[in-house]
Amino acid sequence: MKVFEKTKMLTDAHMHYCPGCTHGIVHRILAESIEELGLEEKCIGIAPVGCAVFAYNYFNCDMQEAAHGRAPAVATGIKRCLPDRTVFVYQGDGDLASIGMAETVHAAARGEKFTVIFINNSIYGMTGGQMAPTTLVGQKATTCQSGRDPAVNGYPIRICELLATLDAPYYIERVSTQDVKHVLAAKKAIKKALKFQSEGRGYTFIEVLVSCPTNWHMQPVEALRFMAEECTKTFPLGVFRDKSQEEGNAHA
Amino acid sequence: MSKILLHGTEAICEGALRNGCRAFFGYPITPQNEVPEYMSVKMPQLGGVFVQAESEVAAINMVYGAAGAGVRAMTSSSSPGVSLKQEGISYVACARIPCVIVNVMRAGPGLGGIQPAQGDYFQATKGGGHGDYHLIVLAPSSVQEACDFTYQAFDLSDKYRVPAMILADGMIGQLMEPVELPPVRSLADIPKKEWATDGRFGEKRRVLNSLLIEPDVLEPHVNALAATYEEIKKNEARCERYKTEDAEIVLTAYGTVARICKSAADHLREQGIKAGCIRPITVFPFPEREYAAVAAQPQVKALLDVELSLGQMVEDVRLSVAGKKPVFFYGRTGGNVPSEEEIVEQAKKALASAKEGV
Amino acid sequence: MLKVLLAGQGGQGVLSAGRFLAECGLHEGKEVSYLPAYGPEMRGGTANCSVIVSEKPIASPLCTVPDVLIALNAPSFHKFAPRVAKGGLILVNGSLSDCYVERDDVRVYDILANDLAMEAGDIRSANMVMAGALCELTKVVKERSFINCLNEKFIGKAHVCEVNKRAFAAGIAAVKEQKN
Repeated sequence: MKVFEKTKMLTDAHMHYCPGCTHGIVHRILAESIEELGLEEKCIGIAPVGCAVFAYNYFNCDMQEAAHGRAPAVATGIKRCLPDRTVFVYQGDGDLASIGMAETVHAAARGEKFTVIFINNSIYGMTGGQMAPTTLVGQKATTCQSGRDPAVNGYPIRICELLATLDAPYYIERVSTQDVKHVLAAKKAIKKALKFQSEGRGYTFIEVLVSCPTNWHMQPVEALRFMAEECTKTFPLGVFRDKSQEEGNAHA
Repeated sequence: MSKILLHGTEAICEGALRNGCRAFFGYPITPQNEVPEYMSVKMPQLGGVFVQAESEVAAINMVYGAAGAGVRAMTSSSSPGVSLKQEGISYVACARIPCVIVNVMRAGPGLGGIQPAQGDYFQATKGGGHGDYHLIVLAPSSVQEACDFTYQAFDLSDKYRVPAMILADGMIGQLMEPVELPPVRSLADIPKKEWATDGRFGEKRRVLNSLLIEPDVLEPHVNALAATYEEIKKNEARCERYKTEDAEIVLTAYGTVARICKSAADHLREQGIKAGCIRPITVFPFPEREYAAVAAQPQVKALLDVELSLGQMVEDVRLSVAGKKPVFFYGRTGGNVPSEEEIVEQAKKALASAKEGV
Repeated sequence: MLKVLLAGQGGQGVLSAGRFLAECGLHEGKEVSYLPAYGPEMRGGTANCSVIVSEKPIASPLCTVPDVLIALNAPSFHKFAPRVAKGGLILVNGSLSDCYVERDDVRVYDILANDLAMEAGDIRSANMVMAGALCELTKVVKERSFINCLNEKFIGKAHVCEVNKRAFAAGIAAVKEQKN
């Protein structure tokens, strides 16, 4: 009896993510979604700079590795030239919400017809735990060691809410990886976004809350609890834009 | 075919479009705004892609994506904008993505001015961004060349998988001259790029990447790039000589300044001074052998390098001449362009100093 | 080879007249170059362009020492008159400028370009008055080529074309009078 089979959209490469990190889960549900929708034959992915920098080794499709923050611009170049391909962008919070904010906002404003998977763990993981644009108020980081102080560091940026002020985006949702139920919901959202893309509907954006036990200095289970209890206070889960609903024709 | 009167910027666009460029990404900056304007009209007519990017940084990264997907892609800017593109240029150079970057140089540093200059020679020919890399850099001196070199740049870039740059001064951008347009090349005629990440899954998957984190992986990659640059140096260095056969004083410059030097050489000859010119067509690779050969001619007393800068190409000239003859320098900056008369005076001075030195 | 520097205020048609001249030269199979000088402003300000028409290939496209200066206003006239080559020619718009120059090695023609343009039907055709004068004095391009270019340029705008042709003819007549 077959209980589980790894999707062929992932390579056999050994992933480098830390124990307890939920990046791997997001890789898997994204890869499964692509395969289940039958899009694997025409898929191009863009890897970011950050913890997911080696994503080009893991996704079993054509991949481009972008400069820090520039993935939405790279994806724009590809998708405009090859509109029938499925193009996905995989970016972390530093990449997408800090150095790549201009590229993020403008790709969304232009309504570029690709899918952005935004990994929000509220910390710079790869570089060793510095403050991110999404670091919670009071959360400790190596560049705000007594916790994020709004008077000095300002407040975290809510990207879904920000992008939802724009007219062009077709679908924006924030999901979480705090438990199995939420992972399944996250997969549903990612699949929906990819399906909308394959139908040429418009810009689709899925923010996924993930944990970073290493840089949060927590045990994996504790980190999942922190994500569920603390991160979702600043970053509430939900759908921020769904034009398919506005159009009155549900496609879920 | 008959000639038509074209702006330098339009000629650059036509050269690109006629050799299969089907994606353009740009951001407004004077004095090259006519390039994105022209492309915004022409690209859709040819079924190509035009995007006005949110910044020069985004524009070069859009080129990375499009050219990486196998499409002939281009971006254009002027000095401050090209500085912003340097990050992306370093990435395309490392990932070996062929593309064309146009720099219509204005005066700097900083925001500088909007008049013609040549202050970006170092940036264009020595790498420009971080890391060990070069571009193939062509320097047009006429509107016809602006068209032809842009056309050729796409083929050169594809051939070596090295990004190419058109290094034009502001004068080329604004100048109008008669141009004979090259024939339109069919897209089917352009060799297929097996390495392109165009999503044709089922074959071996392809990755375009500039991250090689293992020193023993990165070093061979950089060495392979270096080998390509050596091959380019061997095959592609080009220059033009003008009346150097009997010249005592050889003027040298690139771009439109080279034309002013030609006129100055004619004036000098009218005054009984045997003058000639040599100008690099490719500034990377620099035509070292030709410069060495000219300097080795026994009747040549000195070279005078003229630039719209504080003296950048002059370093390559001196390296090539290797002390065989004195190399003098005359530069104007700030957007000022030397007149023929100024160059004539400088040439006389240079010749006199060279003779005194003997 | 003839080097012509056209100068005036932005909006006086300096650049379009220069471009016309280059087009005409090209139509006659000559070598031409047209180099506009540009400033940061989109409207107003000063405008000038260098046009070279030559039988042989053109080296430098600059007109630092022009054979002919066409000055459409006083500041341009005073700024560029000292640069004109010895034995050169200056055409100055007498409607907007004096015509005094501190040198006697150039020929100066005082042409009431704005007045003649108004008579022709539109003050904006002052540039064509000057172009007519230039053609008559230098024969740099044939009158016929210029008319052909006007017909081509203003195809479907018969009225504008006629105004410009009248202005062009007025420029020719004006210098013929002065030559006599």
